[in-house]
Amino acid sequence: MFDEKRVRIITGHYGSGKTEFAVNYTFGLAAAGFKTAIVDLDIVNPYFRSRQLESQFEEKGIRVIASSIKGLSGDIPALSPEINTVFHDKSYQAVLDVGGDKVGATALGRYHESLDREPYDMLFVLNANRSMTHDLDGAIKYIRAIEAGSRQKVTALVNNTHLCGETTIEEIMKGQALCEKVSDALELPIKYIVVQRSLVPSLPQNLKGEVFPIDIYMKKPWEQES
Amino acid sequence: MAKELWKGNEAIAEAAIKAGCRYFFGYPITPQNEIPEYMSLRLPQEGGVFLQAESEVAAINMVYGGAGSGARVMTSSSSPGISLKAEGISYIAGAELPCVIVNIVRGGPGLGGIQPAQSDYYQATKGGGHGDYRLIVIAPSSVQEAVDLTQEAFDMADQYRIPVMIMGDGMIGQMMEPVEFKPVAKRVLPEKTWATTGTGGKRKPNVINSLFIDPQECENHNIKLFKKYDEITANETRVENYNVEGAEIVFVAYGTTARIVKNAINTLAKEGIKAGMIRPITLWPFPTAAVEAAADQASVKAFLTVEMSMGQMIDDVKIAANGKKPVHFYGRTGGMIPTPAAIVEHAKKVLGGAK
Repeated sequence: MFDEKRVRIITGHYGSGKTEFAVNYTFGLAAAGFKTAIVDLDIVNPYFRSRQLESQFEEKGIRVIASSIKGLSGDIPALSPEINTVFHDKSYQAVLDVGGDKVGATALGRYHESLDREPYDMLFVLNANRSMTHDLDGAIKYIRAIEAGSRQKVTALVNNTHLCGETTIEEIMKGQALCEKVSDALELPIKYIVVQRSLVPSLPQNLKGEVFPIDIYMKKPWEQES
Repeated sequence: MAKELWKGNEAIAEAAIKAGCRYFFGYPITPQNEIPEYMSLRLPQEGGVFLQAESEVAAINMVYGGAGSGARVMTSSSSPGISLKAEGISYIAGAELPCVIVNIVRGGPGLGGIQPAQSDYYQATKGGGHGDYRLIVIAPSSVQEAVDLTQEAFDMADQYRIPVMIMGDGMIGQMMEPVEFKPVAKRVLPEKTWATTGTGGKRKPNVINSLFIDPQECENHNIKLFKKYDEITANETRVENYNVEGAEIVFVAYGTTARIVKNAINTLAKEGIKAGMIRPITLWPFPTAAVEAAADQASVKAFLTVEMSMGQMIDDVKIAANGKKPVHFYGRTGGMIPTPAAIVEHAKKVLGGAK
C-alpha cells in the first residue's frame, strides 16, 4: 500500500467517490510517516471537494494546496502557483485530486511538462454504479477521455464501486468484475479495492488488488453527529 | 432496474427525459450546471433539442414557445437566473402553459454565492413575477424523491396547465445518492386541444396569450385561474409527518434541511425529548392542514421552523398555526448549513422557554 510513485494522480468520473478515496489515501500516507501534500485540482465540482477538510489535513501535518482564491464558495477555476511545489520539492509525497470528467482533467494538462519529467502514477477510480462507467465500453471511453484531457496515462485501476450507505459486498464484487474486464482490455493492473472499514471482514479473499479500507470523511450535513 | 449512484442534477435531467421531455432551454449557472450539461449530451440521443440560449430571459421565452406547441419542455437555473426568468414565468402562468422549471437554490441576495440555500421560498411561492398567479412548487429532500417528483411534475403541469417548479437547495443538485428510476403512477391527462400545432385548415387558430384589454375579461381570467388553484390545493398538497404524534415540539422543515432536522429529532429522542416534524413536500400548495392539526394537538408546546434562510416559510407556518401555538425559527443563510447539534440546542432553548 502507498508504494506508488512520488506523485499520485487520482482521477475518475465525478461522483465515483474519487475524492473520498484521495482523502483516505492522503491521511494514510501521512499516518505511514511520509511528508504529505494534497493538491485539490478540482475546478469542476462546486461542492464535496477535498479542500473542505483543510483543517483536518493540517492537524495531521498535511499540506493542502487548492485554489489561489481563498474562500470555500468560489467557482472560479483558479489554479495556485503553489501547485508547482509538489513537482519541485521532491521531499513531498503528493496526491493530486483531479476533477471528474474530461473537462476536470484538463486542469492537469497544464502540468504536463512537469509530469513529463516526473515519474507518476495515475489511478483511475471506477464505480460500476455510475451510469457512464457501468460497463466495459463506457469505462474505456471515460478513461480515454480523461487521458486526452489530462495529457497523461492511467497506470492503474481502483475499484470503488459503492452505493453510499447502501453498499453491499455484492456491489463491490460487481465492480470488481467490471474492473477485471477493463484490466484485461487495457492491460492495467487493479491496484486497490476500496471498502468501507466495516465491510472488510465480509470481503472474499484473494481478489486482484489490495483491499483499501476507508472511513467516510466527505459527510453530508445530516450524517454529522448531533 | 437496480440502483445506481446519481448526482442530483443529472438525475433530475434523466428523470425529465424519462417523463417525455424532449426540449430544454437554459443558460449555465452554478450549482445546477450538470442539468444543461447532461441534457446537451442526452437530448440529441433521444431526438430532442438542447439549446443554450443567450440569456435566461431568452430561455424562459423559448419554454413559452415550446410549451405553447404542446411539447414537454423544461428549463433549469439557480437563484439569480430564476430572477431573470421571473417575467417569463408570469407570462407562462398567465397563458396557462404547462412546463417544468428547476431552481437549484444558492445563497443570495444578488449574486450571493454558490453554496446551498432555501432563501428563494418567497420568490417561488409568493410570486417572483407579477400578478395573481401560482406555481406548483415541489421541494424534494433526496435525489430519489427528486427523480420521482420530476417525472410527476410533467403530468401535474399537463393536467392543470400550470408551470411546476422543482425547488432544491444546492445540496439536492450536487450530492450523490443511490437512485432507482421507476415509472410514476399514470394520470388521465386532457388532450392539448389548445396547443398551437397548426390548424390544417380544419379549425380556427389557437391563440396563446396573457393579454386582456377588457378589465372584466382579465378579472374573469383570474377567477378561473384561482378555481384551478383551489382544485390543485385540494388534490396535490403533499406532506410527510414524522413522529408528530405525542410530540412536544414540532419542527417544520423542507428539502435537505428536513434530513438534518430528522437527525436532530433522533438525538432529542435519546435524551427523552419528544420531537416531531412536518415536512412540506409541496411548498405551494402549502400543507396548511397538517400544521393546523399539530397546532390543535394537546402535546404540542411549540413549532420550530428550520430553514436555510433568514426565515421565509415561517410565515406560512404562522398563518396555519393561527396563534394557537408559538412558532419559533432557527436558520442559517448565505450558503451556510445548520448542523444537527445547533438544531438540538435551539429546540431545547425553545422548550425551556415554553415551560
